[in-house]
Amino acid sequence: MNATPMHFVPQQDFKARARAALDDPKLRSSFRGAMDFLQTKRRTQFPDDDELQQLRDLGEAVRQHALSRLPDLLVQLEEKLTARGVHVHWAETAADATAIIHGIAQSHDAKRVIKGKSMASEEIELNHYLEARGIDCIESDMGEYIVQLAHEKPSHIVMPAIHKTKADIAELFEQHIPDTRYTEDVDELIQTGRRALRRAFVDADIGLSGVNFAAADTGTLWLVENEGNGRLSTTVPDVHIAIMGMEKVVAKLSHIVPLSSLLTRSATGQAITTYFNLITGPRREGERDGPRDMHVVLLDNGRTQAYADEQLRATLQCIRCGACMNHCPVYTRIGGHAYGTTYPGPIGKIISPHLLGLEETADLPTASSLCGACGEVCPVRIPIPELLVRLRTEANRDPNEVVAHPLRGQGAKFSREEQFVWRFWSGAFAHPRAYRMLRWAATRLRGFAPKNQMGWTRHREPLKPAARSLHDLMRERGQPE
Amino acid sequence: MNARERMLGRLRAAAPAQVSDDDVTRLDAGIDLHYDSRRVASPTPALVESMHAQLSASHAEVFRATERTWPALIAQRLQQANVKRLLLDTSRAECAALQQALPHSVATRSYDQPIEHWKAELFDTIDAGFTVARSGLASTGTLIVAPDAGSPRTMSLVPPLHIALVYAHTLHADLHAAMRAEHWHAGMPTNLVMISGPSKTSDIQQTLAYGAHGPRELWVVIVEHRADNAGSTHGDAA
Repeated sequence: MNATPMHFVPQQDFKARARAALDDPKLRSSFRGAMDFLQTKRRTQFPDDDELQQLRDLGEAVRQHALSRLPDLLVQLEEKLTARGVHVHWAETAADATAIIHGIAQSHDAKRVIKGKSMASEEIELNHYLEARGIDCIESDMGEYIVQLAHEKPSHIVMPAIHKTKADIAELFEQHIPDTRYTEDVDELIQTGRRALRRAFVDADIGLSGVNFAAADTGTLWLVENEGNGRLSTTVPDVHIAIMGMEKVVAKLSHIVPLSSLLTRSATGQAITTYFNLITGPRREGERDGPRDMHVVLLDNGRTQAYADEQLRATLQCIRCGACMNHCPVYTRIGGHAYGTTYPGPIGKIISPHLLGLEETADLPTASSLCGACGEVCPVRIPIPELLVRLRTEANRDPNEVVAHPLRGQGAKFSREEQFVWRFWSGAFAHPRAYRMLRWAATRLRGFAPKNQMGWTRHREPLKPAARSLHDLMRERGQPE
Repeated sequence: MNARERMLGRLRAAAPAQVSDDDVTRLDAGIDLHYDSRRVASPTPALVESMHAQLSASHAEVFRATERTWPALIAQRLQQANVKRLLLDTSRAECAALQQALPHSVATRSYDQPIEHWKAELFDTIDAGFTVARSGLASTGTLIVAPDAGSPRTMSLVPPLHIALVYAHTLHADLHAAMRAEHWHAGMPTNLVMISGPSKTSDIQQTLAYGAHGPRELWVVIVEHRADNAGSTHGDAA
């Protein structure tokens, strides 16, 4: 029931997709409206800038502390979970993760999976994989359900169906859900979705969820949501599988207090969401509901590559609030699908190269004006613009250059001509005699400046050096050079 | 070498040299300072006011009553709401009190068997679930619900109406205070839920709609002792 996996879309087409999105006025107005709404909601949650800045300091400190001890915390989390009867799995790649989950499904002879919202499961293309093996996956988050019905992918990590209008959804429901009439009344649409999914919770053999935070000291998974579908998915089926990026663990449950506040306020502008669902193990003796079998899948999928580099490690501080995309002038104009990756927007630009390699993502770090908005709103102070510049450097680095922590796809955008030009340039600027000669040549031979200067002349007059350099002019005035 | 060892190996090769325990002590102190310095010491009545206001803002219906008056109040409202089957934990004193006050039109059911034995009945025939919250968070209007054998997780989740009782003296100012006072670090139940209103979603064009997958309605009964109110004048609040 799912569309072709997203990363099979050739990355070279990023520019074409961005162009198409820019030419779609309906899409642009959807995103503009949604982003303005989310920006305003966030702003009203942080009336006291002093409080916000201090909370961001704490959020950053919590995440950096957790990352500095990541291997120990993962082992501790595994111990705590295992002691509670949870099965812990380690998945190095997306393929490992899907195989592990498929194996669990097979051991329970499961045919139906109900899913709470999980970006990690999107990242590993789980629905596609399981459906090819005869296992039904139903998304239960309203936005994810809508996107699944439309055979699309989420266009935003927090609000997956943000690109859809009421009319789109009314049409979709009328077509796909039996006994449903066309209506643009949102309450009625939501009740239709509720009715359509009710049975699926009862019938599911397995509930699958993501994890917002995991606490190593108590072995607790902390899930954040508004709808209740996450609680249902993790409670009603007999088996619960939680999949989490391995960076999501923090040292202590109490460290999640500032993080959860930053998450809900930054993401949707809520002081708290309707449900914080804290799960510490499967059903115990004497309890009457909750899964009897529980699994946690710890996912690497390129995260250790980011971890290996001291600067790029900051990428893993992310708590997936989406504030960076809500405030990004590029995302606001092209929407989430143009990126062609599971995680769009600024966070997508800095995480995707580790998940997919630079060969497939080399254009993404360049899709930024480096305006700095993402870094300014990031609740855990990830220096996103600096990381974008770094990834550009890695994409342009000579593939044969040996570095301490090579990235997958190093040099995907490398060009020998460009390397030559920069070498020539830096050589000229580092040697005064060479520089003076170049200056003399540029001014005296200005007539030879080409008429066609590629990207520049597409919308502008060709550049032509001045007849006299600034140095020449100043010297004529009697000023020392 | 298996996946676990390879993943941990890569992390250990890159992880900074052992960080000292001072780091975590400093971090904990920073978190405590952030919350403690901004918290105004509030007597119970002020916490109740905040709880009431925040829950109302989140679209929950709030009732304030005493231990003596609440059962009749809720019984009457259940009748008005045409609730036919109410799920509750009959072994609890609060539930016994409510049962006594209920009119004949409201039948009660206890969660007396594992969910797999009556899943369809639970989903299709129960109109409301009644639970007693462990405590609450006044600043956000949040109920802290710790499900147990008598009041399992789905009791506050599956029925379209959830009625929660919370005692005024159990209210905490905020999550930071609650976690510390209740020693969450010492051990967590299999499930602990924080509930701040009825189920909702804004997934369709950012338009807020209630009753997505969880309860469409949330009623919260805040039970105040007379001593709670006396506390504001005599300064010896519970």
